[in-house]
Amino acid sequence: MKDRTKYFAYPYVLWMIIFIALPSFLVLLYSITTKESNGLTTIQFTLENYKKFFDPLYLNILWDSIYLAAISTVICLLIGYPAAFIISNTNLSKRNTLLFLCIMPMWMNMLLRTYAWMTILGNNGILNNLFSLIGLPKLNMLYTKGATIMGMVYNFLPFMILPIYTALSKMDKALLEAADDLGADKKTVFIKVILPLSMPGVISGIIMVFMPAVSTFIIPQLLGGNKNMMIGNLVEKLFILNGDWNFGSAISIVMMVIILISMSIMNKFDVDKEGGARLW
Amino acid sequence: MDNAIIQLNNITKKFDGEIVLDDITLSVKENEFVTLLGPSGCGKTTTLRIIGGFESPDEGEVYFDGKLINDVPPFKRQLNTVFQKYALFPHLNVFENIAFGLRIKKMDEHTITKKVEKMLELFNLKNYGKRRINQLSGGQQQRIAIARALVNEPKVLLLDEPLGALDLKLRKEMQHELKEMQQQLGITFIYVTHDQEEALTMSDTIVVMNDGIIQQMGTPIDIYNEPENAFVADFIGESNILDGIMHDDYLVEFLGKKFKCVDYGFGRGEEVDVVIRPEDLDLTPPGEGKLIGVVKSVIFKGVHYEMDIEANGFEFLVHSTDMAPVGATVGLTFTPDDIHIMEKGE
Amino acid sequence: MVKKYLSKIYMGIIFIFLYAPIVVLAVFSFNESKSRGHWTGFTLKWYVDLFHDRDIRLAFYYTISIAIISAIISTIIGTIAAIGINSMKGKAKSLILNVNYLPVVNPDIVTGISLMILYIAFNMDFGFNTMLISHIVFNIPYVILCILPKLKQLDVHMTEAAMDLGATPMYALRKVIIPEIKPGIVTGFLMAFTLSIDDFIISYFTKGEGVTNLSIVIYSMARRGVRPTINALSTIMLSVVLILMILINKRTNGMEKAKKLKEKR
Repeated sequence: MKDRTKYFAYPYVLWMIIFIALPSFLVLLYSITTKESNGLTTIQFTLENYKKFFDPLYLNILWDSIYLAAISTVICLLIGYPAAFIISNTNLSKRNTLLFLCIMPMWMNMLLRTYAWMTILGNNGILNNLFSLIGLPKLNMLYTKGATIMGMVYNFLPFMILPIYTALSKMDKALLEAADDLGADKKTVFIKVILPLSMPGVISGIIMVFMPAVSTFIIPQLLGGNKNMMIGNLVEKLFILNGDWNFGSAISIVMMVIILISMSIMNKFDVDKEGGARLW
Repeated sequence: MDNAIIQLNNITKKFDGEIVLDDITLSVKENEFVTLLGPSGCGKTTTLRIIGGFESPDEGEVYFDGKLINDVPPFKRQLNTVFQKYALFPHLNVFENIAFGLRIKKMDEHTITKKVEKMLELFNLKNYGKRRINQLSGGQQQRIAIARALVNEPKVLLLDEPLGALDLKLRKEMQHELKEMQQQLGITFIYVTHDQEEALTMSDTIVVMNDGIIQQMGTPIDIYNEPENAFVADFIGESNILDGIMHDDYLVEFLGKKFKCVDYGFGRGEEVDVVIRPEDLDLTPPGEGKLIGVVKSVIFKGVHYEMDIEANGFEFLVHSTDMAPVGATVGLTFTPDDIHIMEKGE
Repeated sequence: MVKKYLSKIYMGIIFIFLYAPIVVLAVFSFNESKSRGHWTGFTLKWYVDLFHDRDIRLAFYYTISIAIISAIISTIIGTIAAIGINSMKGKAKSLILNVNYLPVVNPDIVTGISLMILYIAFNMDFGFNTMLISHIVFNIPYVILCILPKLKQLDVHMTEAAMDLGATPMYALRKVIIPEIKPGIVTGFLMAFTLSIDDFIISYFTKGEGVTNLSIVIYSMARRGVRPTINALSTIMLSVVLILMILINKRTNGMEKAKKLKEKR
């Protein structure tokens, strides 16, 4: 029986070849050919598109993306860990409510959430109005790197809280009692037992925040303004405005490689392989 | 065999190149209670799955009621299986689980209700029809798994360690119930277990398997009293197994002494395994025994004492109602009947 | 005791951070003035505007129809594929799983442009069909990921037990396997539906002339500047999601409570 049901996967394999493998191959093909390539007869291979990426202008954008994503990830971790810890220590009925409250914002359109921050941070926005009410000078908050970082923290914080919470709640409470019993004080218990045991959750949290953060283009576009370009914006610009698909494809390949490296790091640490689905 | 309901001829099965069944030939008579007994990995479950149709043999033939059924899929075979962890359908209630096979046969609602009710009654589960599977105890789930199979009135019932998940007391109860049921209904049972006691209690015929080979086939009494090799002797009950040399028919030497025995037909000077059951060894005063030993340990087991007694460099396991304290020197005695000689295994 | 209050305050701040923008959005959808920072009085005119806005109505129609159709199709393909993948072994299985993972781990923007390139290579007209196909492409992997764990949990002997009782493989699939993995299928469907409704980036690269969705409309409006109709729209969308979520939650909670009661008896 089992042997025969495996044929059920074959139509989908065909589908994957057409809609997943072939498009990825086309992107790769574009990234190693010249603009002048027009059909199979005139195809010209080149590494120019990748070389172009080493121009300081573009390297800066890449560096900026990684830098901003990394800072957001660290902030998410610092805010998210205590939150996950508190949630895992509340009683069962409250715990579900708290988790629900953490996930709820994710069900709202990401663009809307980001747009809402424009209302809050804008020059005539709510925060600045509050500031002038209490006699503080107006601050230029929107269209800065800070706004981009804040937007990322806001959007991706639940991705940090949930895996850490899962790791913490899976932990055998008897371990903590055992540590207590062996004479460890609260601080030692945390550093020697809780923290190491929650590491898998921390690592998947880091990856799950870093991956979407490094490739986002909505958040920097709406909150960072045109000055603060990230790698996602560059790709969008190259495809939609400049029509330079070959260079755009090369950058896409670079992004894919970054993501795949992060993924393989996560796989090494993630104990249960079904981790991706558990968020939902 | 003329009245064999199941006949396996020279069955061989490999998984990933590894032989799990090696040339198995076996026949099961109608209304027989046959137990496939052996340690895990011996091939007993694979044999059962081949009969059930869930695996197909690489070589050999499977006959059911005289017809070759090698290529008949499981859903067309007239036999039913009770699975190890029951494999009850959690989305269906008790009634619907039992009715599953009947519905496939497109029986009318009235007949289905009648048959299922009868089964529920037979298994003391009368008011449980509407219950969900996960609301039942292990013992109840067990009964439903058997009821679900029996309601289809199969000619042969296959049972794969059906009592494995139950606690000891429940096991004992179910063993008797199953045996009684088999006799009442007159259905052939093929039963897989690794528990030798279970096999001895319930079976008409025991098939002892190891390493994909049938080691011995016979009635429980034959298997216990006349094990054909050291593996069977050791697996069925506890045994003292010693190295010995046959000097002549009816004369064997072990532990440096010659003893009379009842076995013959071995070559002169042939190396053999000598098996003596712990309960066949008796304690005597030191001077009167065939061997002299020192008691190393004593454990009280309720019905008897279990003692380790070292004699001539061999530590004998002895079950006896007599007791000697640790450190005492005692004699050990046994009759020629108690010595079982078998060819050396590889 | 102090610690308890501290953690309550901490969680309070986090939830203020998470919900402040949402509340702001909702409140200002009733604001008289176009300004985003000042409260000038209560009005419902942005909601009225919303229903007269042809762009938004059309985008709403496309968003919902694409979400429903893509969720149904990807649930069907995904369920069949998951059953097939589950009974595969070894290298073929892990290769398929890895390729299946690609749209999940790939940045959306890369998935978006690669599909765009594919449609151009095939000379397809951009519009409803390209957007629908794209949504199915990124939905199926999630459906499969929802169903596979359920299949794995399934007792390996379940199908065998059904066949043993006389069920053909197809009957076993319909009456045993599908009912057993139904929770996974439902989750997969809901997830596909919400992912589709929420998607911006992939739709952005595969949309066509006159065919957009709500996310794209919001994006272009947000860039053009002040339009409180967006606030109205988002308030409605949020309320719908909130009501749905509470209903789903109540249903599952209710079911759990009923179960507990039964167990007590």
